[in-house]
Amino acid sequence: MSKKKKISYLINMAGILFVFLVLTAVFQSGVLGNRTEYIKGICTTACYTIIMVASLNLLVGFMGEFSLGHAGFMSVGAYASAIVTNVLYQYVIPDGALFIIALLVGGITAAIAGVLVGIPALRLRGDYLAIVTVAFAEIIRVAFCNFKITGSGRTMSGIAKLSTFNWCFWAMVICLTFMFMYTRSRFGRTVTAIREDYIAASASGINVTFYKVLNFAISAFFAGVGGAMYAHYMTAMIPTNFNFNYSAEMLTEVIIGGTGSLTGSIIGAAFLSSLPELMRQFANYRMLAYSVVLVLVMIFKPGGIFGKWEFSLTRLLSRIKKFFKTPPKKQKEEGGSIDGETNYSGTENA
Amino acid sequence: MEKPIIPVLKTHDLGISFGGLKAVDCFNIEIGQSELMGLIGPNGAGKTTVFNLLTGVYKPTEGSFYLNGGKMNGKNTHQIVAAGISRTFQNIRLFKKMTVIENVMVALNMYMSYSLVSSIFRLKKYFKQEEEAYAKAMELLKIVHLEEKSEVVAENLPYGQQRRLEIARALATGMKLLLLDEPAAGMNPTETEELLEIINVIRDKFKISVLLIEHDMNFVMKICERIQVIDYGVTIAEGTPEEIANNPKVIEAYLGKEEEEEGVVLC
Repeated sequence: MSKKKKISYLINMAGILFVFLVLTAVFQSGVLGNRTEYIKGICTTACYTIIMVASLNLLVGFMGEFSLGHAGFMSVGAYASAIVTNVLYQYVIPDGALFIIALLVGGITAAIAGVLVGIPALRLRGDYLAIVTVAFAEIIRVAFCNFKITGSGRTMSGIAKLSTFNWCFWAMVICLTFMFMYTRSRFGRTVTAIREDYIAASASGINVTFYKVLNFAISAFFAGVGGAMYAHYMTAMIPTNFNFNYSAEMLTEVIIGGTGSLTGSIIGAAFLSSLPELMRQFANYRMLAYSVVLVLVMIFKPGGIFGKWEFSLTRLLSRIKKFFKTPPKKQKEEGGSIDGETNYSGTENA
Repeated sequence: MEKPIIPVLKTHDLGISFGGLKAVDCFNIEIGQSELMGLIGPNGAGKTTVFNLLTGVYKPTEGSFYLNGGKMNGKNTHQIVAAGISRTFQNIRLFKKMTVIENVMVALNMYMSYSLVSSIFRLKKYFKQEEEAYAKAMELLKIVHLEEKSEVVAENLPYGQQRRLEIARALATGMKLLLLDEPAAGMNPTETEELLEIINVIRDKFKISVLLIEHDMNFVMKICERIQVIDYGVTIAEGTPEEIANNPKVIEAYLGKEEEEEGVVLC
């Protein structure tokens, strides 16, 4: 059993490496001409957006609690890591190490914020919790507008540019792997059980508050990591970037992608973060398009485009194998592999 | 020297009031080792409230209760479950969107100790404990005859099987006292028969005590060794099934007072 798993891990690693090599080849070959840097930038944006959206999905999809203040955690991570790297930049530290330090600092401070907010807030459920998270994000924003260390409301600039595409891509892969492993362990199972029925969960011997706070903290951790990447990509930021709209936008991406599906979050985030760039000339209608898509998804597929379905490269490969072995008559299998293909191109998009 | 026998569950004047309403008052019960006790009473008598008190959903406002001699008052549900009281629900509460085996494995969570780090990096401990939990869960599913349905999503099971799954999940907590809240409600005679058999197997195998609430009198009379009857939160009778069936107070509570008719047989 575990040997089979190891093989599937290897296959997945190979798949990721392949995607990475394809992207690098595209960038290196200069097919895109003078737009290479621009496209690379979009891909980097997509990387941290994916981390943010997937981390929010841990809350919305797996725990079933709405958080409208995820930008708050992101800003905590962004500012904390920016302050730390500003201090450390005087010393001679290789960029890679500094990047890792920045991400860890961002993640850990955001996780601490998550625990501090989570302990009182997670006694609440549903709408009430959502309101508390909105309040938290607003408090953070206003606080950062007034602290001297975060720029007293002015733009904080001159942050070291550490988030290159290569680093961001691998950081995203590692973060997503961690999140996936987390959801497929006793922790993820417990959190899902709490979503399904918290009374039954506690009657099964689960300390509901503990696991909720843990999940909240982990979600905040990855939001902080995303924030740190954002800060070191943008190199300048202002607290008002992390406003309610930003939180709401991420929530939209989670819901469109599919609550409870990390695949959905990846596609949703990759698609929706590159969309505004691709549709620059229609920038004014962007929000309109968003809302129309959201309404349509809610009507026709309330669980999001991917629902709870997860993409699996191993499964796809075994299906393709089957598809070629048996004469292609069955329509069902064809549908399956097409599904996989669209999915795969989506991952490439990331 | 003989040791004094400590009952598995003992309550001492347990009671709770919501505002001015005394939902349960001076509730005393004693359940011995691997004893099967029934708790009956008309609708709204406070039976489920007793269960909620014993599982820590409500905190008792009066009195106290002891599990194997240890005081359980004021503990949270999950602490009480860890101490050894587990329950099923009147209206089935499964983790609907999870598979049958996952439902049971959730309850095995407290026996798994691998850390976040070993789950994220998939260390040896993760595989070992997950495999153990899987095997244990399968074993429990076998007891309730659900081993073939282990990968089915729980909400797709038929009603009787959902009830049995709930029992398997309760068993997974490794309890000493099992509280069954109307386990036979809505079941057809064959399903009830099967349930009877399962409860007996469980008692033999795990040496646990059972307290059950049930409205199906045939079922109660057949299976219970002792029965306690409550009405309006107060215990009105206690004894063997025969004693209860002929107890005038019980008959009055269920059927109202009527002087003409005598000897209404409940069972």
